[in-house]
Amino acid sequence: MAVQSRFAQALLDPAHPVPDGLIDPLGRPAGKRFNVYRNNVVVSLMDAMETAFPVIRKLIGAENFRNLAGLYVRQHPPTTPLLMFYGTDFPDFLDNFAPLAHVPYLPDVARLELARRKSYHATDATPVPADALSQIAPDRLMQLRLTLAPAMQIIPSRYPVVGIWEYNMTPDAPQPPAEAQTALITRPALDLQMQLVSPAMAAFLGALHQGEPLDTAFDTASAQDSAFDLTAGIVLLLQSDLIVEIHL
Amino acid sequence: MLDTQSNRPDQVPNRAGVGFKAQHLDGILQNPESIGWIEIHAENYMGDGGRPIAQLRHLRERFPVSCHGVGLSIGAEGPLDVDHLNRLKKLVDWLQPGLFSEHLAWSTHDSHFLNDLLPVPYTQATVDRVVAHIDQVQDTVGRQMLLENPSTYVAFEESDRSEIDFLQEVAQRSGCGLLLDVNNVFVSATNQNYSPEGYIDAFPTHLVGELHLGGHEQDADDFGATLLIDSHSRPVVDPVWALYEYTLAKAGPRPTLIEWDNDIPEWDVLANEAARADRLLSAAPAARAN
Repeated sequence: MAVQSRFAQALLDPAHPVPDGLIDPLGRPAGKRFNVYRNNVVVSLMDAMETAFPVIRKLIGAENFRNLAGLYVRQHPPTTPLLMFYGTDFPDFLDNFAPLAHVPYLPDVARLELARRKSYHATDATPVPADALSQIAPDRLMQLRLTLAPAMQIIPSRYPVVGIWEYNMTPDAPQPPAEAQTALITRPALDLQMQLVSPAMAAFLGALHQGEPLDTAFDTASAQDSAFDLTAGIVLLLQSDLIVEIHL
Repeated sequence: MLDTQSNRPDQVPNRAGVGFKAQHLDGILQNPESIGWIEIHAENYMGDGGRPIAQLRHLRERFPVSCHGVGLSIGAEGPLDVDHLNRLKKLVDWLQPGLFSEHLAWSTHDSHFLNDLLPVPYTQATVDRVVAHIDQVQDTVGRQMLLENPSTYVAFEESDRSEIDFLQEVAQRSGCGLLLDVNNVFVSATNQNYSPEGYIDAFPTHLVGELHLGGHEQDADDFGATLLIDSHSRPVVDPVWALYEYTLAKAGPRPTLIEWDNDIPEWDVLANEAARADRLLSAAPAARAN
């Protein structure tokens, strides 16, 4: 076990000496040859971070992002070979990264980028037909439990995360408004859709997603906003193809 | 003669294939005859759904497919990651690829995935460990695996046998086949100071199920010696094409992959590399007796 432990430590820590027993063809210490592995590991993971967080990169600049990613990949190497999900700890890392504390919205923007990737790779699901709920007797409607699409993601924020994302990723998008925003990400087929929802709507969807029946979900949303409109909630569920199963 | 075009995912012909990149999808579908098959990196298709898997389902209806793992860490001192092995089984079960391969390398340690193909010493203890891991892979996935020779930048003082002796014993004991990466031979031979043709002469080519070609970059070590780096970021260089011809003359035609994973070019550039491999494949004689 020891050899690969020393090897792995030296890969992630440039101050760590090159492990003993590694040589060149003439039997001399491998020296700089070992740096090929160090470089492959760190550069490939920094590249994966660039692919994963393009908006954070735009917000802080390419060079700053490269430095930040270099710190992150050494402290949080991946824990599985599925690099498509690499960076799960990055929002929390940003929360605790004092030099960027003056850009307080970065962690939530990183959460949004992660959520979009989760949605992109989520299990495919077929929505129920648009008239599925109208076939149900009105007195039973409020007791229904729904299975929502696995690709649904909700990111609440004190910052205009959707506006910031669009401003950086979409040509001609307007300046982000100064407001709190909650993002709803859905994937009706293969393409992601992102829209703004109210905190009450997010609470409604979140409760349904956790298996609560419609009446409990409605109560949860109404506690947030007494004017919550149940019809608008149901319309959103159907229009965004979010219901994949109805449990009577 | 080239094999006739196959569109079954489980039959990879003796033609040139390419590592599939999503940005090449349109180019490939507009001119499907330009390649004989595609290879995918298994780990890129281990999400639960969405576009990558939809694309692969579409492609497997049209092309033979080879499934190439890059994250199993067969050379690890610790046990294989059973979750990852099961993900691989799930993928191979629905994809039914014609070829299935992994590397003689390690990449996972203490649950950290280091995303590189790291080297192993060529000793009896490593042979035993690698054989046990390949047994486990082949038992779980339910089919033969091809094991790929690595590009190496360092050697281990404790190694007591050649890479070829190592691979041969592993193949004999586990029943795995071999994937011969001709660029890796050229890179390792340069870095380790041996003859690439001599390596091919000694290689058990009757065990080879697939060949790889790719581009490398050039650096130097502490003593100014040339150090080649397997980067998959450039065209295949002429000396590697020559070594490929040398390999075909001994091994006979084999499915041949062009690998290009970084600084990915326009489709036409990659298709030209594939066409060059196809020309050499159609000129290749049948395998020499070993």
